[in-house]
Amino acid sequence: MLDPVVIGVIVFVLASFVGFEVITKVPPTLHTPLMSGSNAISGITIVGALLATGAGSGTLASVLAFAAVVTATINVVGGFMVTDRMLGMFRRPKPAEEDRA
Amino acid sequence: MSVDVRALLYLVAAAAFIVGLKRLSSPRTARSGNLIGAAGMLLAVVVTLIDNDVSWAVIAGGIAVGAVLGAVLAIRVKMTEMPQLVAAFNGFGGAASALVAAAVFVTTGGDMAGDTILTVILSVLIGALTFTGSFVAFAKLQGIMSGAPITYPGQQIVNGLIGAAAVALAVWVQIAQADLGFWLVAAIALVLGVLLVIPIGGADMPVVIALLNSFSGLAAASTGFVINNSALIISGALVGASGLILTSLMCEAMNRSIWNVLFSAFGSADSSGGAGAAAGDKTARSTTPDDVAIALAYAQQVVVVPGYGLAVAQAQHALRELTKDLERRGVKVAFGIHPVAGRMPGHMNVLLAEADVPYDQLLDLDQANPLLSRTDVVLVVGANDVVNPSARDDASSPIYGMPILDVDLARTVVVIKRSLSPGFAGIDNPLFYRDGTVMLFADAKKAITDLVKAIETV
Repeated sequence: MLDPVVIGVIVFVLASFVGFEVITKVPPTLHTPLMSGSNAISGITIVGALLATGAGSGTLASVLAFAAVVTATINVVGGFMVTDRMLGMFRRPKPAEEDRA
Repeated sequence: MSVDVRALLYLVAAAAFIVGLKRLSSPRTARSGNLIGAAGMLLAVVVTLIDNDVSWAVIAGGIAVGAVLGAVLAIRVKMTEMPQLVAAFNGFGGAASALVAAAVFVTTGGDMAGDTILTVILSVLIGALTFTGSFVAFAKLQGIMSGAPITYPGQQIVNGLIGAAAVALAVWVQIAQADLGFWLVAAIALVLGVLLVIPIGGADMPVVIALLNSFSGLAAASTGFVINNSALIISGALVGASGLILTSLMCEAMNRSIWNVLFSAFGSADSSGGAGAAAGDKTARSTTPDDVAIALAYAQQVVVVPGYGLAVAQAQHALRELTKDLERRGVKVAFGIHPVAGRMPGHMNVLLAEADVPYDQLLDLDQANPLLSRTDVVLVVGANDVVNPSARDDASSPIYGMPILDVDLARTVVVIKRSLSPGFAGIDNPLFYRDGTVMLFADAKKAITDLVKAIETV
């Protein structure tokens, strides 16, 4: 069996290449939603935060875990919501209506 | 749930993020892409909650508080304040990673395998640095702190020594599993985040936010190594790549290297070159709203070049009225948007989308420049350096080499500006004195409102 850290490094490097491929295709018009949206994705740390609440840990660990859940949730909820709000503003061009308006 | 099933479901979540980002390649599919990403996140959370030893009370409380705060921020933020919000979100992401690492360290008492402790240290280091660095960027953008660079002699040496101290302590923690060492690393990382961002000027914040965006991804990935979860590693790598690409695009748009942005305190007192000296014998021609209205109304193709001054004057909506009037008259209208037109990558596009400009009219540098030589009238509103032909023609100019919008190739250029004063970089703009350029001296909002009125009478 490979060391889990080595497997992690392999996954990280390959995912970075996927990231470069996918992100270079995002047009400059959407770079702000890209930043807020990718920010929401980095809120995946919430998984670590949720796990950290358990394991019969002491008070200090629980306080740290609580703070981690709060900050990660702000990131996830706020990030996806504000991205949705922004993308909702990008109006599809309707040439026919434009002329008559 | 078996470990294998769990791992596969996390993989589904990570795949949803990739599909979501892929759909950002067009404004048409972008919104559904964001929802797919959100669904992936929900799946990851549910998978984590099933059959795991977690504290429901802590989680319920934490999610309730975080969700309310996040939602309020997302709903209430003004589009002009988006850079601050993203900076703050980057900071929360970094904080979450550092806190998870700290919680893991406390729970195990530092008693863990060598490679695990290394990932915990990395996680707390990147996370804490991202947290404080982002909030300094937030404070600068929000105007809580002055945007001016804060510098002192030997700054980089001090930062270097502090960084070296962090590494030395990290090695100590690694070898001795020392409690004290761990907390010292965390404290140093917090301080270092502040020290690295304070010397960077307000105008360079777009680069800093993009870089911190990348860091928030790396922080998530490092947490993935701590808890041995591939969903975190994949997501973190995606975000890390995204932030890095945006950072390099912003640097290219300013014709500066990332090292120059981070360490040269651009925008401090030394902006001497070429300032007032050039203006002397040249004269700019001033014009009136009525004359501009006539030129616009009888043009075939008009290109508007907006700068951040447009947003400062809150003139986007008036501008949209103007372009709607022109379109009704059969004039073709487009917007030429320089990458650094706003306060973060793509910011100007969002501001114009909010003002109801259809996205097919928003052109980037590569799309706008070929159109400009076939354009009858260019309307420059609140932009300066990004239309300065010196960047292309004058090798002695401080901005030489910076990609610009070639508005001087258009037949007529109308510049709406309060006065002839140079931009933030203090560089004179020969565009203003060129034949075919006319100046409309006024506040952006007033000028555009006047133009709307004047067009009605044409």
